[in-house]
Order: sequence, then C-alpha cells, then structure tokens
Amino acid sequence: MKTIKLLSLSVLAALTFTACSDDDETPDVVHEEEVITTLTVSLVSGNETITLQTQDLDGDGPDTPVITVSGNLAANTVYDGSIVLLNETEDPAEDITEEVEEEDEEHQFFYTVGTGLDVTTEYTNFDANGDELGTEFTLTTGDASSGELTFTLIHEPTKPNTGLEDAGGETDISATFDIVVE
Amino acid sequence: MRIYALMLVLLSSISSISQDCNNSLSGKVVDLHDGTILKGAMIIVAGTEQVVISDDDGMFTITNLCNQTYALQISHPYCSTNGYKIKLDGNLNRTFKLEHHLEELNEIIIKGKTVQKQATLQEKKVASETIEQYSNGSLGDVLNTISGVSSLNTGSTIVKPIINGLHSSRISIINNGVRMEDQEWGVEHAPNLDVNTAENITVIKGAGALQYSGDAIAGVIITEPSKIFIKDSLYGKTLLSLSSNGQGGTLTSKLTKSYENGWFGTVQGTLKRYGDFEAPDYVLSNTGSYERNASLRFGLNRINYGLEGYYSLYKNNIGILRASHIGGAEDQVSAINSSVPLIINDFTYDISQPRQDITHHLARIKGFKKFNSLGKVSVQYDYQQNHRLEYDIRVGDDADKASLDLVLKTHTLLADLDSRLSDKINLKSGITARYQDNFADPTTGVRRLIPDYEKYDLGIYGVGTLQLQDNWLVEAGARFDYTYMDVFKWYRTSFWESRNYDELFPEIVIREENSQTLTNPEYNFNNLSATLGTTYSISDNYKLFFNYSLASRVPNPSELFSEGLHHSASRIELGDLQFTSEISNKIALTFQKQNTNFGFSIQPFVNTIQNFIIIEPTSVLQTIRGNFQVWEYRQTDAQLYGVDIDASYEFANNFTYNHQFSFVKGYDRTNGGPIISMPPVNTTNELTYQNADINNLNIAIQSEFVFRQNEYPDNNFEVYIPTTETFEIVDVSTPPDAYHLLNFRSSIDFSLQKKSKLTLGLNVTNILNTSYRNYLNNLRFYADDLGRNFLLNIKFNY
Repeated sequence: MKTIKLLSLSVLAALTFTACSDDDETPDVVHEEEVITTLTVSLVSGNETITLQTQDLDGDGPDTPVITVSGNLAANTVYDGSIVLLNETEDPAEDITEEVEEEDEEHQFFYTVGTGLDVTTEYTNFDANGDELGTEFTLTTGDASSGELTFTLIHEPTKPNTGLEDAGGETDISATFDIVVE
Repeated sequence: MRIYALMLVLLSSISSISQDCNNSLSGKVVDLHDGTILKGAMIIVAGTEQVVISDDDGMFTITNLCNQTYALQISHPYCSTNGYKIKLDGNLNRTFKLEHHLEELNEIIIKGKTVQKQATLQEKKVASETIEQYSNGSLGDVLNTISGVSSLNTGSTIVKPIINGLHSSRISIINNGVRMEDQEWGVEHAPNLDVNTAENITVIKGAGALQYSGDAIAGVIITEPSKIFIKDSLYGKTLLSLSSNGQGGTLTSKLTKSYENGWFGTVQGTLKRYGDFEAPDYVLSNTGSYERNASLRFGLNRINYGLEGYYSLYKNNIGILRASHIGGAEDQVSAINSSVPLIINDFTYDISQPRQDITHHLARIKGFKKFNSLGKVSVQYDYQQNHRLEYDIRVGDDADKASLDLVLKTHTLLADLDSRLSDKINLKSGITARYQDNFADPTTGVRRLIPDYEKYDLGIYGVGTLQLQDNWLVEAGARFDYTYMDVFKWYRTSFWESRNYDELFPEIVIREENSQTLTNPEYNFNNLSATLGTTYSISDNYKLFFNYSLASRVPNPSELFSEGLHHSASRIELGDLQFTSEISNKIALTFQKQNTNFGFSIQPFVNTIQNFIIIEPTSVLQTIRGNFQVWEYRQTDAQLYGVDIDASYEFANNFTYNHQFSFVKGYDRTNGGPIISMPPVNTTNELTYQNADINNLNIAIQSEFVFRQNEYPDNNFEVYIPTTETFEIVDVSTPPDAYHLLNFRSSIDFSLQKKSKLTLGLNVTNILNTSYRNYLNNLRFYADDLGRNFLLNIKFNY
C-alpha cells in the first residue's frame, strides 16, 4: 500500500516538473563583444590609398578569413600606415581600435616582412611609457619586389622588446598579406 | 501462535485466580532492528532486587512476582539501557526489544543504508585518517591514494578523478546520498565538494550504485558523513594544515551534538587559502586558490524511523596558470618549445584571470520508516544549484566580466524500498525523478559554451541479493532510465550549414539572427543498465569477486553542443548533436587474500564500450586570430583493460610494506589506435613504521614511480610561422618522461585530557624537489609540476 502511495507521489512529482516547463521564452542571441572580425590597413601616399584587409565574420566558425589587397605598392615610396580593427558581428560595427589604443601599454602591433619583399616599417605611435604601439606606422618601399607582410597584434607583450621573438604575450590577430612592390 | 496466546490468556487467568505472588515473567530479549537474539542482557526488577541474565537463546524467566506494576531495567553491552513498566496480572511472557547501539547501530542505520552498494564489486575505502592528511587537497588528491585511480589535472588545484582510465561524465559521485550534478562534463571542472565533509570515501570500479545511476561507465565514488552515536554527547575536531608550497593553509572544524533520544546536529566549515604554487625552478603564476565551505546536518535517528536534513555550501575561487592562456598555434609553438613558462611573476596571493569562481549549494531532506511486513521505506528530496563563472583575459569594458556564466539547478526525488524477502534474499528497489535546468547567461558577451536546456529523468531500479551459502553470495540488479532533453542552442549559421544540419534538421530551426541560427533539438533516451555478480569466500583468508555490469550513458551537453574555442587548450572543439548513448560492458574480477600480516588483492578488468565518445583533431582552421587545431567529438567502439594490484606485508613487528600497481590500456577498436590520456603504468611502494606504544607514532616513506605513456595517438600538426618563414611542428602528443617522487609522512598522538587528543603530523612531498611533468596534467605543455612541499598538520579532537 505504502509502495503504491510512494509511487504515485513520485509520478505526481514528475508530472509537476513537466508542468513547470515553459517553452515560450527562447534564449536571446549573444552579441559577441570584443571579437575582432576585421583588420583594415590603410597605406596612404599622397592621393593614393592602398587597402589591405582581412575579414573573418564567423570568428572561430568554419569559414576562413577573406583577405583582400586593393593594389600594388609603388617602389621607393613612403606610405603612412594606419590600422583599424572592427567587430562587424555588431550592427553598427564596433571600433576595437579605440580599446587597443586606450589600453596601449597592453598591446602592440608587429610587422613581419617576408623574404624577398623590399620594405621597411617604423612605428609612429607609442604608449604612455613611450614604448611602441603600432596602430600607426610608416612603410617605406625599396625597389620592385614581392613577398609576405604579416601584421600581428599581441595582447600583454613584454615591453620594451626587440620584436615578436621576445615579446611573449598572446596573439590577438595574425594576418598575412601577399604584397607586390612595382 | 494463536494457541500460544490462548494458553497465555488461560495461564494468566488461572494465576489471577490464585491471587498470590507466584507469578512469573518470562520473555526474550531481541535487537529491535533485525530481531537478533541478545544473550547476556541484564534484567533488573526494581524493588525486588532480582537480577537475571538472558541465556543463549535470549530467554529469561523471573519468578515470585505479585500482581502489581513493576519497573524493569534491561541493559546489554551493545545496547542502550531501557526501562519498562510491566503490569502483572498472572504470568506474562513478553518479547523485549532493545536498541542496538553505538558502532553497530550506526553501521546499519546511518552508513550501511545510505547507499546501496553492490556487494560483488570490490570496493576501495579511504579512511578518515587519509582524508585528514589530504584536508588541504581535493577529492581527486585523496583518491589518488587508491590503486587504479589516478587524476586528470589542470594545474595542481583542479583535480578530476580517473577510474580505470575514464573520467568526467563516466564517473558518478554520490555525495552524502546525493548524486552530484556539478557540470562534471568539463575536463577543467573538478568535483565541487569539500573532502572534509566526508568521514570515508569509497570507490567502486564499476556501475556499482544502481540506486543512484546507471551511467557510471568508469565507476562510482561515494562520500559518507560521520556516524553519529545515539547518546548524549558533544564532540568535535579542528584541523589546521599548513603548506610551504603555496604558502597557505587549510582550517577545518566540525562540531557534533547528539542526544539519547536520537536527535543530532553537526556543523562543519572549511577555509582554504593558497597563493601561487611553485615548481622546483619557478613560481607557477596565478595558481592560488581561495575556498570556503560550510555544512549543516541535523536529524532524528530512531531505530524504526528517522529524518535527516543536510545542507552544504561549496565556494571556490581558483586561479589557472597564467602562461596557459595563449592564442593560436603560433603561440602554442613558442609555449611548448620554451622550457620555462612564458609568464613568471613574483609570488602573490592574488588570483587574477584566467580563473574560475564556483558556488555549489546542496540541500537534501530524507526520511525513512521500517515496516515489519514491507521493509524499510526511504524517501529523499534533494536540490543542487551549481553556479560556474569562468573569467578569461579580456580587454576594455569586458576585462572584469566572466566569459562563462552557467547555472545548473537540479531537483531529485528518490523513493526506495529495502525488503528482506527471506533469510537469504534481500531486495532493494526504487524510483528516481529528476529535473534539471541549465541557464547560460548571455550578458557575458561570449557565445554560450553550453546551451540552455531542460532535462527530465525518470529511473526505476531493483537490486536483489541471494545468500546461497554462508560463503557464497549472488547479486543481480537492473535499472531503466528515461531521459528527455529540451535544448535551445544558437549555432553559428556558417557551422550549421557546414555540417549540413540545415538540410538534415530544418524542422528544429526557430529563427536566424546576427549570423546565428536558433535551434530546438529535443532528445529521448531510453537506457538500460544492469549488474550481475557473485562473491565467494574460498576460505577464511581468500575471497573471489566476479561482477559484470552494463552501463548506459547519455551524451553530455559538451559532447553534443560544443562549438568554439577552448582557450586553455588553444583549440576549437566541435560536438555533434546526433550522438547516441554510450554503452559499456564491464567485467571485473577480484582475487583477495586478507590476513593479519600478509594480504593482497588482484583486480583485472575488461571494459568494452560501444559508441564511446572521444575527441580528436581533424584539421587546422585559419582565423583572424591565427591558426587553431580543430578537435571534433566522434563515436567509436573502444576497449579498455587493465589490472590493479595491492599488497601489504608486515615483515617485522610494527613495520609494514605496502605496494600498489596500476596498469590500464585503452584502444579505439574501429580505428585501431590507442586512446588519448590513458594513465601510464604506475607503482607506489611504501614502508611504514607504526607503534601504538609510542604515542601511536607513525612514520612512512613512500616511493611513487610513474612510467612514460608509450601508447598515445599522434595528434601533432604543422603551422606556418611568419617570422621565421618556416613550418613548425606543434607537439601536442608526446608524453613526458617517466618520473619518480619520494614522499615522507609522519604523525604522533598526544592525549590532552580525558576526551581530547592532539595529533601532530609532518609530511613532505617530492622530497628531492624533482622537476617533472605529468601526462595527465592539461598544463604539462606550459610548466613543470609541483616542487617540494612541507606540510604540517595539527589536529585537535575534543
């Protein structure tokens, strides 16, 4: 008798649980914050602007970044470079460059010039301690050549440093472009 | 019986006619709990100074009593003394039931029946002295002392037990009669319980607790609270443990008040605080922890009925090695190739990101009543709330915001019936109803790792034991579980489509927003689990156990729904929503010899698992953040086998040698390769000196040897490094070398007063300060394991 009572009690409880469930409300979509989807490098010389862009709208998702280079660079020219970082999963897109520049002591861009490419780079903006930040820079081309140019954003690097090798930290962005100087 | 009663009535009527003091009181004294005859019980009749002792059959007779009311007092060495008022009107024959008391009572009432354990699987018990030695550690640390149990670590503070090669969702933890629901699916999620709440911890290497779960493919861990005596008393203990490594300590205290009438209450609390731990050569930055626990237990314990309430709070803030938080494969190459961690800061007690902040509430209420005809009926309701916050290194406004914020709430109702069908057959049966709700807070600004879901379970089980002969026991049990899951999962639309889910499951799509697709997968699982076993005592010393268990496990939410970057592993993990239940067939044998000076146990096992869920690398994905290895969950057929050996030999007075050896192998039977993260062969040898005459002095020296794991899947991959313009191998597979650790342990007791005792203990782990890396530590790529530690234990019993 007791068993039956208990059984019915438990079944009742199970039913109550079921009755409690309310499926009307579905969870909200998560707007990803601080995700960088897009890196745009503008290289300006006089009236000419060359744009290098990598765009990875699904982040860790299966789609690979779309990399575009708007044109070839001119030989023996000085370009003023600037970097803009966007989170395009938000509408309107969020400018992450501001955050990087606000936390300048904890960030640094590195420029890696591949074999064969005859260009040099120089930092033109610095953090509060006078160490390199690199969202702005100059790029000077030499003679006609071609090769890879890689932009790496490191979070919490050791500062000052002599380059990527001893900077440590964590890679926030790594974007490689095929560049032609003509 | 009826005739007997009739005769009694007849007899008493005759004597009542006689109206003199020639009446007799005869009777029998038995144990109230199980009717066992109590011989040697003393029956005193107040006022007549008559004293009799019950004979071998528990019988006694007192003569020359008048027709009046007498006060009797019955006492027995193992029972509470009880008083009775007897009104005599002629002769009387009566059975007196005494409450069986102290050890035995508590064995049976409090401990024995809290968890129905399978008798045909050899269980390994960790005694309270061992737990006290590890009061500063975690459950995984304590269980590491058992052969066949190792641990999967994330640093030194997140320690997950591994039983016979398997861990996480494949282990059920029964904490104080409650099945833990603490998001155990994650490899970095250690069990959320304070070892100091447990009086003893038992490990069963198989699906040995069908009352609670049928999915314990690896095994079951049972923690039990201390026994409480039914007598008026107030006692407690306080334990302080101080460590040189981590420069911190643990303070735990417990106080119990009990009453003769069965009421009792216990309060307990633990505080742990450690700073950065240290490897032999450097500080392991950001590995401190701050843990605060409290528990309260109260109840009424009568022999035939009882009621108990329990509440515990576990709160822990754990730092995770700073150097383990890295970006993509490029960072992985430099981290793995560097011989020291890339970030080493000065020692600090501060815990910063990455870190975990966990709060676990557990409340239960339980009652039981015994019915002569039916058996013992118990009903239990428990509620658990697990709140897990994980903080990553973030920038800007989000710097102090959690990246993961999960709340898991679980309600469980259990009803059990324990019936003794005959002298030889015992049957335990019951039902379970469980409701679980997981909520992932979207305000983290990071996509949910685990989706919101609701889960309903309904289980029914029965376990029968048959005592064929005095030395031969047979046991069989079965459990059926029905599980329904209702899930709301936001997929990245690109992933949803790349998996072809958009064509396979268009009906579960609710809406699309922000390049993400909301889906509503629903699951129904019907799982059967069973156990069949036997125990045979060959002689007084030798015993043989055989057990077969069938266990079925519902895939956990991480296996079904993972879809994104796992930071500390620097890899992208992908689940599969089409998984089915894992089914394990495990055969375990134990051959055991128990003797005062020489004993051993040999435990081989074979575990064959269908639809075994493993995670393995499938590709390398290029993202704007760099390259990441992609690991996907897959179902396959697996087989594990191994043997655990324990031996102890008292080779001279007070000197004992203890030996442990564990061997396990695991293979993917579909692809043929070895399974990742199998514990390497290891052996522990210990020499102890114990002398009860010198203040219970105990000195032990222990050698722990862990072989190199030679069988592992090759998951290495190549990545292009722009700075050097070369392809580098990312070695995420090669296990570290074998290592040998020496440990020292000592303790001595001092009696302070009549009822209080002080125990001092000094332990040293890793005496030689050996630098080593452990294959089963997820952070082995980044840093060495712990260096030498001096541990001082001060225990005060009162």
